[in-house]
Amino acid sequence: MDDFLFKPFEEMTPEDYARVGFKSGLEIHQQLLTDKKLFCRCPAGRYSTKYDAEILRHMRPTLSELGEYDGTALMEFKTKKEIIYRINRETVCTYEMDDTPPFMIDEKALDIALGIGMLYDCMMIDELHIARKQYLDGSIPTGFQRTTIVGVDGKVSYKDRFIRIVQLGLEEDACREVSDVGHRRTYLTDRLGMPLIETVTAPDMKTPQEAAEVGQLLRRIVRSTGQVRTGIGAAREDVNVSVTGGTRVEIKGVPRLPRIPLLTYNEGMRQWNLLRLRDELARKGITTQTFSACFEEITRLFRKTLFMPLQSAIAGGMSVYGVRLNGFRDLLRWQTQTNTYFSQEISDRVRVIACLTTLPNMVHSDSLSEALTSAEWQMVRKALGSGPNDTLVVVWGPEADAKLAAQEVINRAKEATIGIPSETRQALKDGTNGFERILPGPDRMYPDTDLPPKRVPVERLDRLRAKLPPRVPEREQWYKEIGIPADLIQFLSVSPFARLFETSVKDDGLSPKFTSIVLAQYPKRLRKKNLPVERLDERTMAAVLGAVKERKIFKEGLLPLFEQALASNKTIGELLLPKATERELGESIVQTAESLKNKKFSSEESRKRRAMGLIMEKWRGRIDGTEAALKLGRYLKDGTL
Amino acid sequence: MSEANLYKGYKGRALEVLQKFQAAVWSDVRITTTKGEYTGIILPRSETSDPLHVVLKLRSGYNIGIAVEFITAVEIYGRKEAHYKIPEKEFPYDPKKPNVKLLGTGGTIASRLDYRTGAVIPAFSPGELYGSVPELADICNLETEKLYGVFSENMGPEQYIGTAQAIGREIAKGVAGIVIGHGTDTMHHTAAILSFMIQNPPVPIVMVGSQRSSDRPSSDAALNLMHSVKTAAEADIAEVMVCMFGPTSDTYGLLHRGTRVRKMHSSYRSTFRTIGDIPIAMVSREKITPLRQDYKRRRADRNVVINTAFEEKVGILYYYPNMKPDMIDSMIDNGYRGIVIAGTGLGHVNKPLYPALKRAQDSKIAIYMTVQTLWGYVQMYVYDTGRDMMELGVVPAANMLPEVAYVKLAWVLGQTSDLDEVKRMMLTPIAGEITEREPSNGYLIFQGGIPEVEEFISKYRK
Repeated sequence: MDDFLFKPFEEMTPEDYARVGFKSGLEIHQQLLTDKKLFCRCPAGRYSTKYDAEILRHMRPTLSELGEYDGTALMEFKTKKEIIYRINRETVCTYEMDDTPPFMIDEKALDIALGIGMLYDCMMIDELHIARKQYLDGSIPTGFQRTTIVGVDGKVSYKDRFIRIVQLGLEEDACREVSDVGHRRTYLTDRLGMPLIETVTAPDMKTPQEAAEVGQLLRRIVRSTGQVRTGIGAAREDVNVSVTGGTRVEIKGVPRLPRIPLLTYNEGMRQWNLLRLRDELARKGITTQTFSACFEEITRLFRKTLFMPLQSAIAGGMSVYGVRLNGFRDLLRWQTQTNTYFSQEISDRVRVIACLTTLPNMVHSDSLSEALTSAEWQMVRKALGSGPNDTLVVVWGPEADAKLAAQEVINRAKEATIGIPSETRQALKDGTNGFERILPGPDRMYPDTDLPPKRVPVERLDRLRAKLPPRVPEREQWYKEIGIPADLIQFLSVSPFARLFETSVKDDGLSPKFTSIVLAQYPKRLRKKNLPVERLDERTMAAVLGAVKERKIFKEGLLPLFEQALASNKTIGELLLPKATERELGESIVQTAESLKNKKFSSEESRKRRAMGLIMEKWRGRIDGTEAALKLGRYLKDGTL
Repeated sequence: MSEANLYKGYKGRALEVLQKFQAAVWSDVRITTTKGEYTGIILPRSETSDPLHVVLKLRSGYNIGIAVEFITAVEIYGRKEAHYKIPEKEFPYDPKKPNVKLLGTGGTIASRLDYRTGAVIPAFSPGELYGSVPELADICNLETEKLYGVFSENMGPEQYIGTAQAIGREIAKGVAGIVIGHGTDTMHHTAAILSFMIQNPPVPIVMVGSQRSSDRPSSDAALNLMHSVKTAAEADIAEVMVCMFGPTSDTYGLLHRGTRVRKMHSSYRSTFRTIGDIPIAMVSREKITPLRQDYKRRRADRNVVINTAFEEKVGILYYYPNMKPDMIDSMIDNGYRGIVIAGTGLGHVNKPLYPALKRAQDSKIAIYMTVQTLWGYVQMYVYDTGRDMMELGVVPAANMLPEVAYVKLAWVLGQTSDLDEVKRMMLTPIAGEITEREPSNGYLIFQGGIPEVEEFISKYRK
């Protein structure tokens, strides 16, 4: 194995990442802007921590379609959790409670997902099959998420290459966790069932920075449709990381893209260091075959301990178990992430699987802390018959949990001889990550027998394709080429006016720079003044640009005009083309009548018609036709207005 | 393997394309289309689906349908056939534990995927049950026997009789209790007929099913099974009962008397309710808590009367305003011997039906009146119309539920055609199908939205 050691985050170079074979992929979950939830008719996007009722459920593993149990499912079953769902009757119906079968898929959500699939250049699926993806953590009351693939094998351009999109899924969102203490986990159900898309990229990002950048790029692409939700929790990322010789590990629930670099750096380091730990174990002669360990109930040794957690555990009737890891001396202090050590991996497992959630949940003999006295360690050592090269771990809790914890300590230690366990891990605030659960595999998929397959006809795709916004990366490249100011490029590429920009520049010959300022910068400036910029829709902006083109309005006058319109109740059209004053109308009538004075007409009526035509053409809806006709008639008759 | 099995569920264009490339189901393939390539396993297709798509399980575990019109090539790598099988384990035997017999008739208490229809089909094997609910071994020694494998709506006289006879055999063998796995839709019909066919059983006879099929992690099947097996093994209640969820939460089940229970929601877990009375008991994994004392007690003897009479020419007529007399005429003309009417209010139908009722009376057809309100008694003296109908031979059936009156009438007419004897038997309660009184807490349909009800809901798990 390469003897490279991870440097501090700031000092790592792309070459360093190349050396360890760093690879990262993203799974981006993005809620869609629909009125209803995906498989029921509850209102979408209403969140509240208030609840009217609670229900309690347990989850049991079931077989996959191919007749196998999923590893994660079995792990979750081991934890024997009681799941509490909080129900708010405004946001949740009997569907989310799993007491009513699903309704047909929300067509709007499907349209949005199909559109985004085409933006990714995906191969669109001809017939959708709804699947049940098992989640035994309780985050969905059914125990599975209804999900379907709408497209596969897409791509988006990034730098000088493509990032591959493995698949685009459409699925229902899960519950929000409120708490997870001991054997009870509590969820809020308001977010449950919200439609979201899951974009899965190939592991094509080669540095932590690239992972974040591609995350931003994908976010801009989906936002360019104007049909996705924004705001806290509307988009969430999972990040996959692996290094040479490692395994794919998934970091779940990254709430903000800027946190991706540090998180992926730490995960790369963790994997690299776990591989080094495996080699170190091998040097000491400890392999999967030779690994040995044992555990024993040792509550009696701590009747008089001064270590508070043990004291209160024993007082509460709990059990204490000691574990001996043969030949592991000092290795629980092996660094894995920044300020994080191998002991943390073990403690995490004990917390999640044995439900020993009160920390600390273990102590070990490699620790420099003096939680236990050396006399106590001596007793444990004797009780477990361990030698100087062994490491001891002590765990405590309710009998069944403590015993399970002891077994789990051994399980995790043994996995160190293999290297990196396939896990999903949770993002922590300090940029490191902790164990969440075993990485689920394809075995957790099961066809949804409640819903029939859904055909996606070519005509539907064609209809949606016609309405797609321009592709973001191509667009940005073009903006650069035609000299759009750099600070406007990213904004314009996801702006709802991106398509208008293109036609204005390409078809109407407007200056790219000026047009980009009108379409991208003005709305920004106006928003800063707290003006209701949402009133500036595509049609209004098209009218404004048209007026500029026809020189009906000076460029300089535009921004004040917008401000005036948005600050008042007037439409832009009204301001652009103000109504003719009485005097203007009068002058115009006189002028027109006089200009026709010497022309011959078959009748006075046809003279009037001709004059009227000229006046209307000049003022185009800025005068009242009836009033003008009346005045014109009077003027032709007796020369007054 | 037969051609149909090779291409399970495929037909038309899709079948032609698969045959052309000799790509049978379960083939591990790469399919090339005009749009691109897909890799995965060809799955069987539901027979009700269109003939235009091939179903592929991708490596990710997701299934997709590929339109055959775009397929240009199929390259076959191998084959991976699914073996959907819950690990079977032999049920452990403990001489200190009571013996319980589980009879299977079908339903989603144990089920698996059916590729032919794409729906779930019932699967019942003792080893499978133990494999998926090992907790059962803590309660009893369990033996199982599959009597039928039918959906609940396909249960009928043949299955009622067979099940009653099987129960008789098991009682004679000396089991501590009997559990009957059953689809939920008509569980209350079967519970009622078994209450009549099996008289004075010495042990609990517990019907159980599930509202969420057992192929879902959130299924109620496992807990219902544990509750029912515990009841069969330990309860002091020697009656035919239905054991299903009390609330929708995984907390406790209710034991309903077989003649007073009804399915009241198409999909809720807590769908079964005792109507016009309170349930016999609550059951949790820890204990059985009786809610009343007037149940028949468990006995050590093996005495039981099995009476499997059943007349098939009996029907229920659900009255609606503007019903025409030809509805009754057609039953008369088709040789029906008994009619149960679910009437409005206290038990009424409109006047235009009277001539038809008269005809039925003349044809010696037994007609019984029940109420479509489900709660409450028939009372035909309150209004003149009721008296008129009694003149026409319509017999008020007290507070018998319409479905219960239906199976009881079929059972009675299977034994006698003397209308007086029919009436005597119909109105003499055998298994609690008619009660003398409705307790004040027998009718409690809480109305959501009302402050005190909301307060209750917020305090107790639904």
